[in-house]
Amino acid sequence: MASSSMFGPNNPGAFWTGGPAPGQFYNFPGSQSTSAQNSSQRTLYPVVTGTSVLGVQFEGGVVMAADMLGSYGSLARFRDCPRLLKVNDTTVLGAAGDYADFQYLSNVIQQQVIDEECLNDGFGYTPKSLHCWLTRVLYNRRSQFNPLWNTYIVAGIDDEKPFLGYVDKIGMAYEAPSLACGFGAYLALPIIRDAMEKNPTMTQDEAVALIDRCMKLLFYRDARSLNKYQVAVITKAGVDIRGPIKSETNWEVAHMIKGYE
Amino acid sequence: MFRNQYDNDVTVWSPQGRIHQLEYAMEAVKQGSACVGLKSKTHAILIALKRAPSELSAHQKKILPIDDHVAVSIAGLTADARLLCNFMRNECLNSRWAYNKPLPISRLVSMVGSKSQIPTQRYGRRPFGVGLLVAGYDALGPHIYQTCPSANYYDCKAMAIGARSQSARTYLEKHLDVFLDCSLEELAKHGLRALRDTLPSEVDLTSKNCSIGIACKDKKFAILDDEDVSPYLALIEGEERSSRPQAEEAGQAMEADDAGTAGSSTDPVPADPQVVDEGMDQ
Repeated sequence: MASSSMFGPNNPGAFWTGGPAPGQFYNFPGSQSTSAQNSSQRTLYPVVTGTSVLGVQFEGGVVMAADMLGSYGSLARFRDCPRLLKVNDTTVLGAAGDYADFQYLSNVIQQQVIDEECLNDGFGYTPKSLHCWLTRVLYNRRSQFNPLWNTYIVAGIDDEKPFLGYVDKIGMAYEAPSLACGFGAYLALPIIRDAMEKNPTMTQDEAVALIDRCMKLLFYRDARSLNKYQVAVITKAGVDIRGPIKSETNWEVAHMIKGYE
Repeated sequence: MFRNQYDNDVTVWSPQGRIHQLEYAMEAVKQGSACVGLKSKTHAILIALKRAPSELSAHQKKILPIDDHVAVSIAGLTADARLLCNFMRNECLNSRWAYNKPLPISRLVSMVGSKSQIPTQRYGRRPFGVGLLVAGYDALGPHIYQTCPSANYYDCKAMAIGARSQSARTYLEKHLDVFLDCSLEELAKHGLRALRDTLPSEVDLTSKNCSIGIACKDKKFAILDDEDVSPYLALIEGEERSSRPQAEEAGQAMEADDAGTAGSSTDPVPADPQVVDEGMDQ
C-alpha cells in the first residue's frame, strides 16, 4: 500500500515488503486494512438548510425570491446565505434544502459557464437547458443513493418567453407559471395562484408586490424563515437581483395568540 | 520503388515541413464525387452528386442525416464517413439528453475537428480519408462547415468538395454576393448549376444521380432524392452550361467514391510530392 502524508513526494517507502512506512501503522497480514476503504458515506439528512423559494411569471419576465437564512436544524444559525444564483443574463437558479449541496452545484455550474464563455461561440446556458441538466444530475445522484438534498427553481427568459421550472432531489421536474418549494408550497403558492387567476396578465410591479407580500407572510408563519430576503427579476433587459430586503412587520396582535405553547 | 522516404507514417515530417500522409488523405477527398453547400440568410443547402459503383448497383447515399437540424454530405471514404456520422449523431443526442437543446453546429464541427486530429499525430494510425460538408440550422442561423482529414475545419459561406469541385467553387465565387438574399429555389438553382459545372460535358444531372439537403428554421432537415429532386432540376433544365476550362482535375476521379475500390488501372496516388531526391539519406 502506498503510504502518503508526512514525507510528501520524498516518501521513503515501506521498511520491508508489505510492511509499514515510517510514521504509519503496521497492518497485520490477512486482516482487513482500514475501515475507511470499505465504507462509504451518504447524505442521510440535510444539515444547514434553506427554506422556501418562490417564483412567479409576469408579462415579459419572471420574479423569484428566497430569504437568506441558513438554518441548523431549528437554530437560525447563518443569517447571510444568498440562495439565488445568477447563472447568466437570462438565467437565475434558486435553491432550498442543504446549503452545502447548493454551494457544490453552484461551483460546478459557474465553472461550466466560464468554460462556455471561453468557447466564445455565442451559446450558453438557457433556463431550459439548465433545468434539463439539473434533472439529469439530481436523478443520477439519487440513483447512486447519494442525492443532492435540494429543491431547485430555475427562472429566466428562454426564446423571449418567461420560463419557470422545478426540480427536486430525486430528479422530479416540471414547469409551471408559478412555483414554490419548502413551506412556501403550502403557505404562499395558493395565494400566488389565486392572485394570478384574478389577474392573468400581471405586470412586473404587481408580481414583485405579490412576492413581497408572500415573503412577509412566510416570515410570520414559517419558523425557519428570516425577515431578510433577495428578489431576482429576470426580463429581456437582463437579471436584477435586489436585496437584502426587509419587510415591515406588525406583531401587535401576537400576544393574543394562545393555546399553542 | 520508394518515391518518398518521408511518407511512411503520419508522425514523420518531410524536410520541407510537410506531412505527406496527411496530404495523401486530403487527396482521398478529391476522389469522392462532388458535393456543394451554400447558404442564404434563411437556408443552408447541400447538393450532392451520387455515384453508382457499377451498373448493377444503386446510387450510393451522399447526404447523411445527423439530427433534426443538421446533416452532412461526404466525399472520400464512405466507411470513414459512417464512423464520423455515428460520432456526430451521438454528440447531438447527448446534447438533447443533457440540455434539451439541439447541439450548435459550431460545437458539433469542433468536436469532429478534435476527433480527427488524434490520428494525425499518432504513429500507426491513419487520418480519416473523408471530407464533410456540414449543413445545419441553429440559434445563430444557417451554417455551412467544411471538415478535412487534416482536422482543419472552416466556416463557409459556400463550399464545394470532391472530384472536379474546383469548377463548382469557381461558380460559387462568381455568385457569392447574391446567395445571402436568395430564396430557397434560387439557392437550389445556384447549387445545382455549381454541381453541374463539375460534370463532364456528356453527363448531366438527373433525379437519379443528384440529392438535395435543406436546413431551415423550425423544420426537420429535409433530404430529397429521386423524384423529389425533379422539381428543382426542372428549374435549371435547358439552361446553357457555363463554359468551363477543361480537365482541371483528373477525369479518372469520376469513377467511384472509394478511392481504394476505384478499379482504375491508374495509380490513385496523385501528383508526387517533390521530395524524391532529398539529400538527407546519404
